[in-house]
Amino acid sequence: MSQQLRLWLLLPVLLLAALAGLWLGALDLSTVGRGAELILTDFRLPRVLVALLAGAGLGLAGALIQGVVRNPLASPDLLGVTAGAGLAATALLVFWPALPFGWLIPGAMAGGWLAMLLLLWLARDRQLNPARLILIGIALNAWLAALTDWLLVSHPTGIDAALVWLTGSLWGRSWPQLWWLLPWLLLLLPLTLALALRLDLLALGDEAAEGLGAAVIRSRRLALLLAVMLAAVSVAVCGTLSFVGLVAPHLARLLVGAAHRRLLPASAMLGALLVLVADIAGRSLAPPLELPAGILTALIGAPYFLFLLTRYRGW
Amino acid sequence: MAYLSIENLQVGYADRVILPQLSLQIPQGKISALIGPNGCGKSTLLKTIARILAPTQGRVLLQGDDLHRLDTRAVARRLALLPQAPITPDGVSCRELVGYGRAPWRSRWGRLSAEDRRLVDEALQQVGLAEFADRPLAALSGGQRQRAWIAMTLAQQTDLILLDEPTTWLDIAHQIELLTLLRQLNQAGKTIVLVLHDLNQACRYCDQLVVLRDGQLQAQGTPQQVFTAGLVQQVFDLPAEIHPDPVAGTPQLVPV
Repeated sequence: MSQQLRLWLLLPVLLLAALAGLWLGALDLSTVGRGAELILTDFRLPRVLVALLAGAGLGLAGALIQGVVRNPLASPDLLGVTAGAGLAATALLVFWPALPFGWLIPGAMAGGWLAMLLLLWLARDRQLNPARLILIGIALNAWLAALTDWLLVSHPTGIDAALVWLTGSLWGRSWPQLWWLLPWLLLLLPLTLALALRLDLLALGDEAAEGLGAAVIRSRRLALLLAVMLAAVSVAVCGTLSFVGLVAPHLARLLVGAAHRRLLPASAMLGALLVLVADIAGRSLAPPLELPAGILTALIGAPYFLFLLTRYRGW
Repeated sequence: MAYLSIENLQVGYADRVILPQLSLQIPQGKISALIGPNGCGKSTLLKTIARILAPTQGRVLLQGDDLHRLDTRAVARRLALLPQAPITPDGVSCRELVGYGRAPWRSRWGRLSAEDRRLVDEALQQVGLAEFADRPLAALSGGQRQRAWIAMTLAQQTDLILLDEPTTWLDIAHQIELLTLLRQLNQAGKTIVLVLHDLNQACRYCDQLVVLRDGQLQAQGTPQQVFTAGLVQQVFDLPAEIHPDPVAGTPQLVPV
């Protein structure tokens, strides 16, 4: 099967999953009767759409970061973006419990951006050397996570909301959250796709890429900026859905190859699929109890990632 | 007007000056080898011509145009670079790699036109890799892979090709094969500038030697003109005799 065909086949798969997301849930639609329409339009439809967009954002962010850093182990989680958003959200929930939920999203986004600025300042490297970024990212990530834990431990009351947010969940996500996500993705997606060829060239090494006319440093900066914005808005809306940004691009590479004009859309679609399936599973495995999607993405994602590692050669 | 003109070039890294002030000209339609001992600045010079490094002073003019003031894509349409250690990405076929050579000419999205694909096939043909076109690059031998990279620079359709120690990772048979290929490309009209370590190969396969030491030009000219025992002593601190190559008649170094 050609790689192009496999890319197109992802669309019907995604559509099927979305239909399943509308149909499955704590309440059986066929027995609800008149309330069914309300459940669909007010709860399930926006929730499915939020899952798709947030997943697509994380998948794209992962593909961008792996492309820039030239390391298949890189992900938005590793550069401290997710941890920065998490710390900001936790701080808001702990210090201002009365704050309306709507403030959480811009707060978490700002946290992600601040973490990125901190990373760039710590690296202080005009060339944005990939290995350096990763190592500093790991340290930054650990530090931000420790601050988050400290906040949680020192404010034992009223941290339930923060804990749920930190695991990553789509519970209660509806139209307002969708209106936060949609404009960002509509803006960032085309900008990301326009980087496809330059990311292909970056994979050949800095000198070869510059030799082929890709402005290396500018392309790298732009890709990093787009990745941070995509990850920050997704994490801000759904919390830390771990492993999506790492696994989706890997899976995409196995399916459609390394060329970014296929890899980027495939990563977006697979990220969307992963989050959607995790959310559907989370709310239909043991109703009425709901498992946060973030637990399931890690439960499915981590073993699957280990399986993927066995299929890699050459490093 | 000189084809490629290096004027009062000063290049350095953070706190170390590699080329204090270098001026020289490189002729069109020839193979020029940059030679000299380790750390003499030959790679630095090549990278500065390829606008990978920016000079702190001076300029590099290609047919009168300052290469460091042009858009990087515009430069990529006029000169191609084969770096010393390019990365071979996973899952990229030989044909895809050569297709990247069309990058400076095609849309940002990266689709190849029919004309692009024709040029890619032609380049693969020229380096003798047509039958390996759809193999993954990582599965090729070192010599084949190096030819694939050269095909990529050919697909770029530039008059000038720069190569940074292209023979380093190859065994002797593949080194000679590569140098012969460069000669063929030169006869087809390309101007070639390369960094070489092997002085005898430089004398045999290149038209011009550019000899550097400590960032200074020591000599420039045909191997017959400049490659003497005195030069080897002066530049490499190596006592040696020069004898004509029994096959080609070009100068050959024999250490004493």
